Parts: sequence; structure tokens; C-alpha cells
Amino acid sequence: MATSVLAFAETRGGEIRKIAYEAVSVARALADAAGGEVHAVVAGAAGIAGKAGALGGAGADVVIALEHPALTNYNPEALATFIAVRVKSGGYRAVTFVASAQGRDLAPRVAAKLGVPLASDLITVSLTGDNVVGTHPVNTGKVIATVTLSATPAVISMRPGAVTVADAARTPRVETATPSGDPSASKVKVTETLAGNTSKLDLGDAPIIVSGGRGLRAAENFKLVEDLAAAFGNAAVGATRAVTDDGWRPHSDQIGQTGRQVSPNLYVAVGISGAIQHLAGMRTSKTIVAINKDREAPIFKIADYGIVGDVLEIVPALTAAVKDAKASH
Amino acid sequence: MKIAVCIKRVPEMDVRFKIASSGTGVDETGLKWDISDFDGYAVEAALQMTEKLGTGEVVVLSLGPDAAQETLRKALSMGAARAVHLKVDSIPFDNFAIARALAAELQGGGYDLILFGKMSIDSSNGAVGPMTAELLNLPCVAAASKLDVAGGKGTARRELEGAAEMLEFPLPAVVTIDEGVARPRYPSLKGIMAAKKKPLEVKPAQVGDVRMTVTTMALPPERPAGRIIGEGVAAVPELVRLLQTEAKVL
Repeated sequence: MATSVLAFAETRGGEIRKIAYEAVSVARALADAAGGEVHAVVAGAAGIAGKAGALGGAGADVVIALEHPALTNYNPEALATFIAVRVKSGGYRAVTFVASAQGRDLAPRVAAKLGVPLASDLITVSLTGDNVVGTHPVNTGKVIATVTLSATPAVISMRPGAVTVADAARTPRVETATPSGDPSASKVKVTETLAGNTSKLDLGDAPIIVSGGRGLRAAENFKLVEDLAAAFGNAAVGATRAVTDDGWRPHSDQIGQTGRQVSPNLYVAVGISGAIQHLAGMRTSKTIVAINKDREAPIFKIADYGIVGDVLEIVPALTAAVKDAKASH
Repeated sequence: MKIAVCIKRVPEMDVRFKIASSGTGVDETGLKWDISDFDGYAVEAALQMTEKLGTGEVVVLSLGPDAAQETLRKALSMGAARAVHLKVDSIPFDNFAIARALAAELQGGGYDLILFGKMSIDSSNGAVGPMTAELLNLPCVAAASKLDVAGGKGTARRELEGAAEMLEFPLPAVVTIDEGVARPRYPSLKGIMAAKKKPLEVKPAQVGDVRMTVTTMALPPERPAGRIIGEGVAAVPELVRLLQTEAKVL
């Protein structure tokens, strides 16, 4: 059986994303178990190959750099075709992705081209005999399924943040490759990329999330949540569905069953009662703080530290105290 | 405009799940079932498109055991014209096997658009839609948060981490639906009555080999019970102390 593992190293805007190192690291672990090499695919406009050597730090032995003007933006059709052709010709034991917006889109396409299932959004994975076995949260994280994949290659995607980035310090061989077919002939075209506020941390990357709900009473009071996030310094801002439905915040900020599912080190719930749909998006956070006026609110049942009271008074006091604590470091 | 919408019957999530004695699934005793959240948005999006155009047909498909017919009836009561039940004893966890069965049914159906929810709320894989698109060799947009179709072309918006992108694609195409496209309507009494007479065709699903299975299911470790540390502004210093010394996040 093949022993090498192919990792998809995601880029955006000509830069290798942090999660690319997670895809390479999980590939390293599987390749070590199988006794093979890690090959990382990285794609972009001209110049991406020059940045790809950094993937050696997470354990890549070979970097396959795909440069083409039509790969400046994420191009799923061209990438899926290239990866599938490469996997078929290269004899890989597994193909790894991270279940980001790109990975969730690309991984099933690649799996289907290879005629195999996809074990997606795994939180752990290992090679066990002839099978790849992983764990995957189902039913909004209330149940953990152990999934056994008997197909070869095993195509998997990992939940963002679930993989600890390896410290491998390798110098990979960088190969440049040409796309299979014409990547500018893709049927689905990106016509515009709408940059969000790029100075802000994404919910998936942030070690701390401060999130607001209806308890803030008015859209303008969301400033208190932003101020608290700014005081922490490494925090992103989230919201409940009630708040995004009311247009206080964009839909992309919504945390919950139908929004983003996050597990930061610290989750601060401000004026959030803790509807089951919201808990589904954040219950796996390491430490949960809740501030709410209603002592009976369900959020207090899962909060490590709860404060009962008026968020409009408590949050500014907490912001000031966090700033003080940071300043005294 | 002929639109197919693939939907799944899933348990309602606002319960405390128990693991079945088999150890490979949840105990279904007492569970309530409904159409999966994002699949409901997809049905609504399809209905709104045909209503806006004043012409077209929405066909709903579901792969599952006999009970999937309840879910199909619900979509019919919302306004879909007809339904296809691809019958299996139980839904396999192998997303490629499901996609293969759906593609076999959809192939040659003359659909301009095939919609899915972006993922099922129970298995949470999000793979069947894009896989079906690959098998049918159709363009695919996964997790569209906006969708418009006109003149044989579609435009969609996709949310990325901290950004978004606008896309253009030719029809026929496969699109999986994220929240934001449409909030599903409640079936009217008239709709429920009409649904009983709408055609619902039952066919065996061509699932084939299953190469991904759930070998065990378990409940995640319980969080320790919540703790209220105090009231009002006076509790802030204690919170900061705990964040520094106990949680070590500050």
C-alpha cells in the first residue's frame, strides 16, 4: 500500500494561511505512521513557490507549487482536477485538508473525483491497520462519532484548530507544476472578493471570542463588546442569531447551530441567554464566561465563571480591568 | 425552470441525546424529526425562485428509510410539486455512496438547478452536494449565502473567513445553501391538504459499496456545572483574578 500523504496547503491573497500548516502537520503524522513522505500542494499566482518552503517547518518533504494567473483567487475546479490527477498518478495513502471555507468546498470534490468518501471535520485522526480512523462531532457537537474509513486513498479534512502544528524544521524540495488543463476555463468564476475587515481576527483563528446577544438591548451597545475584545487584544467578535437577524451584526459573525462553530480558549458571552442553538456553536470552548441579568439563563449552566447583572455596567468595568491586567504584565 | 432539492430527515437537536445499545448511533426513542435546517432553506429558495419567475417546478428528493416520506410531505406542503423517495433501510455514513445514489436519480432529469443544504445538521459533513455535482459533471457553488438565477446564469455569494466572494456560473448547476438565502415558510393548512394528493414516487436507492462507517458513538465529556461567581460590577476583580490564575487566559 502507498505510504505518502498529500496535503492541501491553503493560500489566500498570495499568502500561505495558518491552517495550511495544520493540513501539513496532520499529513506528517499519518505519513510517519505509514512510513512515507509528505507532499504539500500550494497554488497561487506567480511567486507562491518562493513562499512555499516554509511548509517544511510543519513537516513537508516536497512542496508542489502550482503557479498560474487563474489561480490568484481560489479556483476549486482547477485545484480539484490537479489534486485528483496527482493522487491517481502518485499513489498516496491519504489526502489531507482543513475544513475551512475552501477546504469544505474542495475536499468533497477531490474525494468524488477519486471515487471515495470524505471523512470531514475530524478532531482526531490515526492510521489503524488498513483503516483511517477519526473522530467527528455530530448532532451539533452533542455526540462524537468515531468514523472508520476503509477506502484508499483516505481523504480527510480536519476541524480548523484541531491539529497542533508540527515543529519539523525540514527543508522541502520545491517542485513547480503546471495545472492540468486550462485553469482559466473553470465554469464557476469568482467575479469579486469582498474583503472583510482584514485587521480583525477571524472567529476561527481567535484564541478569545467576545460575543454579544439581545441583552445588549441596542445595536450601538455592541461597541462595548468590541471594546472588550480590543482590550484582550487577541479577540474576535461574535454574535447570536437574534442579533444578526436584527441586522446589528453581519450574518458571518453568527455563532451557533446554523452559524460558525468555534472552540476558543476563552468565550465571553455578553447578554446571551444561551439558547440551545447558540450553545451548539460554542459549547466546546475551553473556558466560558457569561454576563447576563437573568440568573436563571441557561448560559450560566455551562459558564465556568458567571456574573449576574447589567451588561451595560459590568462590561465597561471588565474592559478597564482587562486593560489594567494587560498593562501590569 | 426545473429545480431539484435534496433533503434529509434529521432529529431535532434541542434534546439530550443518549447512545443506542448498539453503540453506533443515538437512541431514537422519543426523538422528534424534521427537515434538516439548511435543507429547509434550500426548499424555500427553490420555491421563491419559481414563484418569482411565475413558472417552473420544484422536485424534492430524499434518501432514507420509510420515515423520510414525512419529510418529503412537509416539503410538498411548503409548495414543492412532487417528491422522490430513494429508499434504504438506514442512511449510510458514506457520503460518496449517498452522492452516487442521488446522482443516478438526478442524471437525465433535466434539472436547471440542483440544490442542497450546505450540510446536514446531524452528520455535519457537507460533502454530498459537491460530490453529486462532480458525479454529474456540473458546476458547483458550495455554501451560497445569496443566490440569483436569470437568463441561464447564476450568481452567488459565499462567506469566507473574514471575507466573502461573488461568483458567476452557467446553468445547469449544483448549489448548496447556507443560511441567509431564505428563511423557510411554515406550511399552510391548504398546503398540508394539497400535499396529501401530490405525487410521491418510491424507488430503491442504488447505494453500492459502503467504505465509511460510524464504528462508535459517544457523548462528549460533560462540562463541569456552571458557577456564578458574583453579582454586578463588584464581581469583576474576582473574574479577572480567576482568568489569570485559574483559567490562565489573561
